[in-house]
Amino acid sequence: MLTFDHLSKTYAAGTRALSGIDISVAAGEILALVGGSGCGKTTLLRLVAGLDRPSEGRILLDDAIITEPRADVGVIFQEPRLLPWLSVADNAGFGLSHLPAAERNRLVTGALARVGLAGYEARWPRELSGGQQQRVAIARALVTRPKLLLMDEPFSALDATTRASLHGHLLALWEESRPTVVMVTHDVEEAVTLADRIVVMQPRPGRIFDELDNPLTRPRDRLSPAFEAIKREALRTLDRSLTDSEPRQHKAAESAGMWW
Amino acid sequence: MSSIEIAEAIDGKPAAPPARPASRVGLRLAGFLLPVILAIIWEILVRAGLANGRLMPPPSVVGKTLWQLAVSGELWTHALATLWRVAAGFGIGAAVGTALGALTGALPLARGLLDPTLQALRAIPSIAWVPLFILWFGIFEASKVALIAVGVFFPVYLGVAAAILSIDRKIVEVGRVFRLSRLAMVRRVLLPAILPDWFTALRGGLGLGFMFVVAAEIMGASEGLGYLLVDGQQLGRPDTIIAAIIAFAVLGKLADGLLLAITRPFLAWQDTARDRL
Ligand SMILES: Nc1ncnc2c1ncn2[C@@H]1O[C@H](COP(=O)(O)OP(=O)(O)OP(=O)(O)O)[C@@H](O)[C@H]1O
Ligand SMILES: [Mg+2]
Repeated sequence: MLTFDHLSKTYAAGTRALSGIDISVAAGEILALVGGSGCGKTTLLRLVAGLDRPSEGRILLDDAIITEPRADVGVIFQEPRLLPWLSVADNAGFGLSHLPAAERNRLVTGALARVGLAGYEARWPRELSGGQQQRVAIARALVTRPKLLLMDEPFSALDATTRASLHGHLLALWEESRPTVVMVTHDVEEAVTLADRIVVMQPRPGRIFDELDNPLTRPRDRLSPAFEAIKREALRTLDRSLTDSEPRQHKAAESAGMWW
Repeated sequence: MSSIEIAEAIDGKPAAPPARPASRVGLRLAGFLLPVILAIIWEILVRAGLANGRLMPPPSVVGKTLWQLAVSGELWTHALATLWRVAAGFGIGAAVGTALGALTGALPLARGLLDPTLQALRAIPSIAWVPLFILWFGIFEASKVALIAVGVFFPVYLGVAAAILSIDRKIVEVGRVFRLSRLAMVRRVLLPAILPDWFTALRGGLGLGFMFVVAAEIMGASEGLGYLLVDGQQLGRPDTIIAAIIAFAVLGKLADGLLLAITRPFLAWQDTARDRL
């Protein structure tokens, strides 16, 4: 179980990126974070990944406080972030260096095949398209079988078809080991397709506006009326979060933070 | 190479105009056209008695001198002496430059302590050290090697320090997410990341090494291509001087090419336009 316990983050410039976040995510749950730009979604993921420290509050993963990156937490960034000097296979297997080469090759080949990149093992990252690079990054995060997977708009650079097929791949991989997933997206349809629960956030300071459950069983039919209904509700909630913003008491600090 | 071509074929990208080998070679040869024509014209002018070849000897005379120097073995003695000095100075300068550059690039404390001093020293024209080096190290090899090492040191130091400071935070975070130890982070992320800039810095250093070996040898040496220059001047033999200059050019180009050939395989992954330089 992943718990955010009254989490706040204020950046050095005075930007209150997050304030008083309380969420619990059950093991194996897929949680989607949606919200307007700058409402602290990336900040939240970075805190869970252990890349930044919260200013207040704490994050618990199975009763252990997260203070630094953990081996059982996988991260997919907003950009592919491949190491350009490693081949596709070596990038995908970056987190497997402790394994013998044969075992590593087997896992990497399998992971690349599942994201549709079989046969690309020996290529350099520069020889891949942006979407292909992001798929290598997905393979890199999943091949270590993390208990918790963090994804920051992992599919936003991809075309609709690739995105839909990767949703399928991701769910198939998720079925195998049922990791807890926290994913950021600005695509409500994506959230409804993948998530068990959708948390809508609001900026200045970043906080939770509302959350809604998604009881649909998988696989989900995007064209079904039930899917449409939940998508519409999510969209409406998101719209409300963007319009009725509460008093902006931190306007000065925010503009200081926005400057650069 | 072939995998790149296949990739381009698959992606259907019209990547970089497919420079045909033939035209590329042709373009390279075109560079020789101007000097060769000028040399031929000069040769004709001198032979026809229209120009005096004493101060600016025609190519045939320079060629003959070069040939004689080569046959007598003198050329090799001098070239070897020069090469040895450059190699020693480059080795020392590059090693110290890399070490200090890594130190100041990686540790803010070291940067605060060392960098201002080194930057101040850099402002001194390196030739100004010569008298001091001669006093310290004597007039033989050590002072020459020291001067070359100083010349090589600065570009390497600056290049390595700047390269470390400009490593992309995003890529370092990938290392952090996978919990690399400090050593693994250096080996698997930081070192490869600075490799291209380091090689560039080494090349710059090598070039300066060749500049400084000339200075060092002109100031007093009993062998070396720089000595050949001075010798030609004192004997009033411009052909010897030009022969030495040509030898310098060939040596410098060969050394640079060697460094490039050694380092290029490590940079095959690079996504840059400066592919062929
Ligand atoms: N390193 C930083 N230093 C200072 N302020 C920051 C930093 N990173 C983010 N911020 C600020 O914190 C706030 C939240 O940023 P964050 O990147 O978490 O937003 P986001 O929800 O991911 O936005 P987007 O949807 O555009 O990616 C923003 O106001 C931003 O300016
Ligand atoms: Mg973001």
